[in-house]
Amino acid sequence: MANPKPEELARIEYKPPKTGWMDTPAEIRKGMFCHAGKSKSLEYVGLPNPRQWTVMEEDWKLPENWQEIFIEGLRERVNKFRSFRLFLDICVRCGACADKCHFYIGGGDPKNMPVLRAELLRSVYRKYCTTSGKIMGKIAGARELTVDVLKEIWYYAYQCTECRRCSLFCPYGIDTAEITILARELLNLLGLNIDWIAGPVANCYRTGNHLGLQPHTIKDTFDMFADDLETFTGIRVNPTFNRKGAEILVVVPSGDFFADPGTYTTMGELLLFHELGLDYTWSTYASEGGDFGFFTSNEMAKRLHSKIYAEAKRLKVKWILGGECGHMWRVWHQYHNTWFGPMDFLEEPVSPITGTKFENAKSNKTVHICEFTSDLIKNGKLNLDKSRNDDLVVTFHDSCNTSRGMGFLEEPRYIINNVCNKFYEMPPNTIREQTFCCGSGSGLNASENMEIRLRGGLPRANAVKHVVQKYGVNMLSCICAIDRAALTASVDYWVPGTRVTGVHEMVGNALVMKGEKKRTTNLRGDPLPGMEGE
Amino acid sequence: MGLIFSFFTVVALGVIVFIGVKAADMRYLFGVIIPYAAFFAFLIGIIYRILQWARVPVPFRIPTTAGQGKSFPWIKQNTIDNPFTSIGVIIRMTLEVLLFRSLFRNTRAELRDGPKLSYGSTKWLWLGGLAFHYAFLIILIRHLRFFLEPVPLPIEIVEALDGFFQVGAPVLYITNLIFLGAVTFLFLRRVVIPQVRYISLAADYFPLFLIGAIGVTGVLMRYFLKTDVVGIKELTMGLITFSPVIPQTIGTIFYIHLFLVSALFAYFPMSKLMHMAGVFLSPTRNLANNNRAVMHVNPWNYPVKAHTYDEYEDEFRNVMKEAGLPVEKE
Repeated sequence: MANPKPEELARIEYKPPKTGWMDTPAEIRKGMFCHAGKSKSLEYVGLPNPRQWTVMEEDWKLPENWQEIFIEGLRERVNKFRSFRLFLDICVRCGACADKCHFYIGGGDPKNMPVLRAELLRSVYRKYCTTSGKIMGKIAGARELTVDVLKEIWYYAYQCTECRRCSLFCPYGIDTAEITILARELLNLLGLNIDWIAGPVANCYRTGNHLGLQPHTIKDTFDMFADDLETFTGIRVNPTFNRKGAEILVVVPSGDFFADPGTYTTMGELLLFHELGLDYTWSTYASEGGDFGFFTSNEMAKRLHSKIYAEAKRLKVKWILGGECGHMWRVWHQYHNTWFGPMDFLEEPVSPITGTKFENAKSNKTVHICEFTSDLIKNGKLNLDKSRNDDLVVTFHDSCNTSRGMGFLEEPRYIINNVCNKFYEMPPNTIREQTFCCGSGSGLNASENMEIRLRGGLPRANAVKHVVQKYGVNMLSCICAIDRAALTASVDYWVPGTRVTGVHEMVGNALVMKGEKKRTTNLRGDPLPGMEGE
Repeated sequence: MGLIFSFFTVVALGVIVFIGVKAADMRYLFGVIIPYAAFFAFLIGIIYRILQWARVPVPFRIPTTAGQGKSFPWIKQNTIDNPFTSIGVIIRMTLEVLLFRSLFRNTRAELRDGPKLSYGSTKWLWLGGLAFHYAFLIILIRHLRFFLEPVPLPIEIVEALDGFFQVGAPVLYITNLIFLGAVTFLFLRRVVIPQVRYISLAADYFPLFLIGAIGVTGVLMRYFLKTDVVGIKELTMGLITFSPVIPQTIGTIFYIHLFLVSALFAYFPMSKLMHMAGVFLSPTRNLANNNRAVMHVNPWNYPVKAHTYDEYEDEFRNVMKEAGLPVEKE
C-alpha cells in the first residue's frame, strides 16, 4: 500500500482555503473514493441507469435528463421524509458539528465538516425547492446543479459513514446520516453507486449474504468451524441450517462467516449455543444480518431484509436472535418493525434458558445476542473462566449505530467484565454515545479508498493508542463485523500490535463447557495463558 | 460577500426609513401599514412553514440515543437522553428547548504532535446562545408594556428585576447589555473562527446585523436620543386596538427601530430563524427510542420486490441437496 507514514498523514491542515466553498470545486483524489458500481450488480437488482463508468474519467455517462431525475427525486423526498426537509431548512450554521466528524478531524477538508457536507445538497435544494433560492440565487446560498456539483455531492456522500456523531451535538438534532442516506438515494437514481456497496447488495439479493456465499459453502464453512472447535475443546458442535420448527432463527453479519477475526466471534457463538442446548437454526437464505441496501436506498434496504422475516415465517420459528453488528442493529432496531410489522407470526421473545422476557423487543421480536448473553450471565447460567482471557488487556469500541441508534452501552460491557479480568475504557469523549466511527462504516471499507479510511480512523485509533500506552491494552473489542475488519486495518497503521476481537469470541474462550477437554488454546489456536509450553 | 451584503442591506433599511420619515413624512406607512403587514406576514408565514413540515410524514423512528437505552431492570436506563416513553421525550425536549442540552455537550477537538487528539469541553457557544435567546425573550416580555394598559404586574416585576442594578435614570436594564454583548459575540465568532467564517452565508450575517441594529436603535432611543414614550405607547395601543394613530411627537429613531423589527418579522418565516419552531419537530429528538417494543407506522410504506425463498431454492436446489440441507421441493 502506497500510503504515507502515519506521522505524515497526521499532519493535518484545518485552515479552510481562501476561496469560498462554492467557488472551490472538489478535487477528486485517488485514495479517497471507491470504484464505481458495476453495471451487472445494478442490473441484477433492477437499480436505474446501470452502466460502466469510471470515477476519474471526465464523462460519467449520465443519463441525458439526469438533472431532472435528481431534482424530481429531491422534491419527492422532501415530501416523504420530515427529517430531510427539516434538516435542509433549519440549520443555523453554528459550526458545533464541525470538529465532531472523524473525517474532518483526520483530514481537515472543510467539506467534511457535517454542516458543509449538508450545504452541498442544501444549496441545490434552495435553488430548486425554495422561493428565496430561486430568486436570490447565490446570496441566498443557492446554486445550480451542474455536473461538477453532482460529482462533489457524490464524492462527499461517500466520505460520510452515517455515524451520527454530529447529530448528538447539533442543537436541533440535525442528522447528517439522513442527508447522506437520501443523497445516496438520489445518486442511485442516476446509477452512481460504488462497487463496494453495489456488489454486496447484488450478492445479498441472490445468495442471501453480502459475500455471495452459496448454501453449500456456508455449510462447509461451519464444518470447518466445527472441526477447529473440536480440536480446541474436544466437543463437536452440530449447527443446523434451514431447519423448520426451531425455536430461534439466528442471523449474524456474514462477514463473521468469512473474515478473521469475525470468524472467531461466530465460533464463540457456536460454542455458547451448543453449551446451552439451544433449539436454534441458521439460515442459508437469510444469511445476512447486515444490510448494504441501507447504504443504497430505503427501498433496497427493505428488499434485502424482507428475507429475514420471510424465512422466520417459513421455518415457523418463535423469534429472531441477531449477532454482533453495528449498522445491522440500527436497521433492525429503528427500521424493521416499521417495514415488516406487525410481526404477528412470531412470539414475544423469551429466553428459553432463563425465562427472561425481552420486554424491549416484544413487538419486533428480535433480540441482540449481547442482550441474550448478558441475561444468561446475570442469571448465573454460564460457567465462565475469566483467566483464560488473561493474556488480553481489553478495551471496548462502541459501534456508532448501537450507541447512537439504540443506546446499547452497558450490555456488552457487562459481558466483557464477566469474561475477562483486564478491561480499560478509552477516554470519555471517545466512547459510549460520543464514540468515534471506525472510519469505514456505511459501505466504505474498500481497499482503494484506504487513505480516507485511515484518516477517518484516526480519532478512534488515537484513543486506542492512549489506552495502549497507559494500560498496555492489546485487544480492541467491538460488537460489529465492519469494525472487526476496519479497525484491524486502522490499528495496524496507527497503533501496530493491537488486535481486534468480537465480544463473543472472548465469551467462547472463557466458557467452561460440559465434557470439554482441558483447553490449551483459545479460539484462534494460540496458547492460553500458562499453556504456552503444551 | 455575505457579510458586506448583509451589512449594507441593514444600513439601507435604516436609510430608507430615515428618508421616508424625515423627508417624505411617510409616518403612517412606517408606523402603521408596514408593521401590520410585517406582523401578518410573520403570523401567516410561520403557520405556513409549520404546516408545511407537519404535513410531511415521519416514516421512521430515528432518535439519536444519547445514553443507555431501556434494557433489563438491572441495567440503569438514561430516561432523559434515551427516552422510552412520551414523558421521557417531553423532558428531553424541554431540556433541549429551554437549556440547549445538546449544545451543552460541545467539545473542541485539538490535534497535537504525536499525533495526539484531545477533546476539551467548550461552553462558550452554549453560553452565548443561551444569553442571546434569554435576553431577547426578556426584552420581548418587557416590550409588552407598550401593548397592555394597565401594565400587568408580572411585566412590572420582570422590569424591576432586570433593572435591579439601577444606574442613573432611566433604569439600565441588564438584559440590554447581555443582549448586545451576546449578539456581538455571535458575530465575532462567525468572523474570527476560520471554519465558521467559511460556512457562513448572507443568511447568517443578515439576521445578526438586523437584530443587532434593532438592539442598538432601541438603546439609542432609550438612553441617548430620548423620544416621546407616551406618544409611542399611544401609537402601539392604537395598533393593537386596530385604531391606529400617529402622534407627531415621536422621533425618527423610533421609526427606524420599528421598521427593523418589522423587517425581522417579515423575514423570519423564510429564514433559518425558523429553527425556533423546527426544533420541536426534529425526529432525532422528539421520538421515544422504543422501536422494538412499539411499532412505528410509516404512512407510505409499500410492498417491495424481494428474492423469494422459492426462487433461491430453485437456483441452488442441487447444491443444497448435495450438502444435506433441507429443501422444500425434491
